[in-house]
Amino acid sequence: MEELASPDKLLAELAEKLKTMLVERAIEQPLMVGIHTGGVWLANTLHQKLGIEQPLSTLDISFYRDDFSRIGMNPKVKPSQLPSQIDDRHIILIDDVLHTGRTIRAAMNEIFDYGRPASITLVCLVERSGREIPIQADIVGQHLHLKEGQHIKLTGPEPLEFIVT
Amino acid sequence: MVNKASKPTDSMIGHDTWNIQLDANGQLKHFLTTEGLSTEILTRILDTAESFASINEQHVKKVPLLRGKTIANLFFEASTRTRNTFELAAKRLSADVLNINISTSATSKGETLLDTLQNLQAMQCDMFVVRHGESGASHYIANRVAPHICVINAGDGSHAHPTQAMLDMFTIRRNKGDDFGKLRVAIVGDVLHSRVARSQIHALNILNTGDVRVIAPKTLLPTGIEDMGVGVYNNMEAGIQDADVVIMLRLQKERMQGALLPSEQEFYRMYGLTEERLKSAKSDAIVMHPGPINRGVEIESSVADGKQSVILDQVTYGISVRMAVMSMVLGREPETNGETIE
Repeated sequence: MEELASPDKLLAELAEKLKTMLVERAIEQPLMVGIHTGGVWLANTLHQKLGIEQPLSTLDISFYRDDFSRIGMNPKVKPSQLPSQIDDRHIILIDDVLHTGRTIRAAMNEIFDYGRPASITLVCLVERSGREIPIQADIVGQHLHLKEGQHIKLTGPEPLEFIVT
Repeated sequence: MVNKASKPTDSMIGHDTWNIQLDANGQLKHFLTTEGLSTEILTRILDTAESFASINEQHVKKVPLLRGKTIANLFFEASTRTRNTFELAAKRLSADVLNINISTSATSKGETLLDTLQNLQAMQCDMFVVRHGESGASHYIANRVAPHICVINAGDGSHAHPTQAMLDMFTIRRNKGDDFGKLRVAIVGDVLHSRVARSQIHALNILNTGDVRVIAPKTLLPTGIEDMGVGVYNNMEAGIQDADVVIMLRLQKERMQGALLPSEQEFYRMYGLTEERLKSAKSDAIVMHPGPINRGVEIESSVADGKQSVILDQVTYGISVRMAVMSMVLGREPETNGETIE
């Protein structure tokens, strides 16, 4: 496995890449959305670093999972907090690890239940191998090749650390 | 099918009532009574309901969790609030709902209950929500449905109304925190006919409530009520002294047989919750009622509408709690010889 940088270093790089992208695309007031739980930790930092005025939104995709009938009910679902009007907004969707793509699929389904955003930009700290559906990130901290059966998990929020098993 | 006694008997309910509620992995499969369930399961219902409460406060009050599931509401007895909140709960989980008004359906043409159930099974229903006037009815049905079907008791005779009890526990927890051990809860009124009171008493004791008491005239208390783990009071003022929670029960005039009460006026004079009486409870006590309320019979209008009343919150929370129970029983991990799928 290639060397994995520290989460804090990757997060600082993400902030710079994101700033550049927002300027390039002339997006002034994006709506930043973190996916529970790791994505919310990262989004908190990015939201601060970029000085975004609109409050941070959060998504818990438990109710949108495609494996509900296989793994059952997660009893501790945190509320999703999205503004009631997201039509024509530019959304920055943030997650810690992009793996199968199913979490992002669920997150986008939930977002579209709220309205029709102008765009969604996907930001991930780590993009690992093992995609099962055609979803890709726009901004990535680090690409990582892991074998099937290997797992990477972000723990935090203080300090942020990767656990690879 | 079951006898018409106002109280369930062992032969009707049996000691396996709570056992058939759980599957081989110990997960809730049917929800028929709060009696005999673990603190863990009741707490899990409350935690799950908390998750759903946030959906009901959102702009989009719907999630796709039970898409493709079919839920049949079988109401053999009239109900507005319970049936509507079960229907809303199912719809907010994206399930399809069949509302079957039994009194106008095939049973009135002579079809037996079991034939009706078999027809619904043939329509590939996944869950029956059952309201019935006779104690033990939902248990009887749960014992006879196909293995994949879940049964939720929406009230059977004087026996149990477990989702009502859980929405009451949810209301108490939201207002008073999750340490039930420090609470004094007073249940007032027609305990004898109340399936709600029975389910509440079991749930409160399972959640380790510090002090549970019932307040009623002797004629409206079932014999042996002390054995359920409650303090018994015949005097209203003494009973609600320093209570954190006062639960008023509806006077069930339709279930009254014989001279249990001199008159409604007399009942109100002795046990009605008036503003004056409420002063005996703690100043921040909450007032609950499962509805429908009889104003001026068990509760003064100004108390029902007052700032200590959480009666309408109970209705709102009823949706979240029913969503929780439905998603828990239909979202069980498969029974794979104890193995769980990652």
